[in-house]
Amino acid sequence: MDDRSARLYHIFVESFLPLLKAGVEFTIPLTLVSFFFGLLLAFLTALVRLSPVTPLKLIARFYVWIFRGTPLIVQLFIIFFGLPSIGLTLSPFLAASIGFSLSVGAYGSEIIRAAIISIPQGQWEAAYSIGMTKNQALRRIIIPQALKVSVPPLSNSFISLIKDTSLAASITVTEMFQKAQQITARYYEPMLLYCEVAVIYLIFSTVLSSLQNRLERHFDLHSSNKGSRL
Amino acid sequence: MIEIKQLEKAFGDHQVLKGIDLNIEKSKVMVIIGPSGSGKTTLLRCMNLLEMPTKGALRVGDFQMTFGEGNVPKQKDILSLRRKSGMVFQSYNLFPHKTVLQNIMEGPVIVQRKKQEEAEARALQLLDKVGLKEKAQAYPEQLSGGQQQRVGIARAMAVNPEVLLFDEPTSALDPELVGEVLGVMKELALEGMTMVVVTHEMKFASEVADQIVLLDQGKILEQGSPDDIFNHPKEERTKSFLSRLIDPI
Repeated sequence: MDDRSARLYHIFVESFLPLLKAGVEFTIPLTLVSFFFGLLLAFLTALVRLSPVTPLKLIARFYVWIFRGTPLIVQLFIIFFGLPSIGLTLSPFLAASIGFSLSVGAYGSEIIRAAIISIPQGQWEAAYSIGMTKNQALRRIIIPQALKVSVPPLSNSFISLIKDTSLAASITVTEMFQKAQQITARYYEPMLLYCEVAVIYLIFSTVLSSLQNRLERHFDLHSSNKGSRL
Repeated sequence: MIEIKQLEKAFGDHQVLKGIDLNIEKSKVMVIIGPSGSGKTTLLRCMNLLEMPTKGALRVGDFQMTFGEGNVPKQKDILSLRRKSGMVFQSYNLFPHKTVLQNIMEGPVIVQRKKQEEAEARALQLLDKVGLKEKAQAYPEQLSGGQQQRVGIARAMAVNPEVLLFDEPTSALDPELVGEVLGVMKELALEGMTMVVVTHEMKFASEVADQIVLLDQGKILEQGSPDDIFNHPKEERTKSFLSRLIDPI
């Protein structure tokens, strides 16, 4: 091995653990926390948008409109750098979690709303015909089927989120990408370090998306409609 | 059992039912026939308020409702009236994420708050009646159309309705599967179940119905016993409708 290769190899090995540590300490918790609260928000928003209560519907539409129509990084900057000027100072991690949750909520609500709408009218009618209320029909008949439909698109959002958390670097969260930038500043090997961090992101999204397969199989076991047939 | 007075239903400007008066007696089978677009399915769906009538009055069992301008039906009343009847759909509409047994138990357990064991025993009894006891743990998709529809009948029966409504229950079935569904329906009729059936099965109508109603353009054209309708029709339009059924070309 010549000197250059040896140096690169050394830097690679040296930075791997710190990068991984930043990922486990920040990237993954940020992803999981944001996805959890984002999903709750998405559900709530979807149900509100399908409800007959007009004022709430308008608020939900307004929320989705704002958060789908503006860049995520701008939202993060407003929450982290903007809010202190009206007296609300948040920690970087909290600001990032709130920003990502709101974003997941806006996109996710459209996925869940579409999934609910996609369940045939006959399912509602069958539920009503055995005497169910609207809430019972939703809870027992419509939502379980809609959830299954929304697993693949929600998994997409989840994987996007893993990668989007790198934007938290810009509001001083020392997540994985921020860490990669710091190490790069020290060694000045951008090609190596950014490729290295890309590999770790790839590992994370591969592992986490295997959850999708599990989830899809789980839903398949609980329904007759066994997927993957053409 | 069911009393319908001057019932009207409009979709926007389109008047589908133009003042229907009907009486369905307990333990009788009424078959509604008529050309497509005559409003027979709409009439049936008005009986459990899957369609909300625009005018008129409807009584099912001991529960009465009136409809008309400025008379917004209350959710509570809709549920009370709806819970008097069970419905069997043309496209079965079984719940695909639940087993056959769970499909049948859903109404008793969730709506009527019956105990799990009690509901299960009753569901198995109903499955036995429709000849599908061995399919209790199957999912709807694993069943043939005829089997699914028999489960649909069991599910409708499970809430102990005072009347069963059938919306073209055999229209989506392959011809060789029609018989098994009609067989179950015939059995129910013999046991004294009150039934309202929208169908194109004239043989079934003539054998099982106590009363046949011929609907045309949103009005009752003629009603009477199967013998009256099939052998001694009074109206010209009844004759021409029946002759088209017997000799379609």
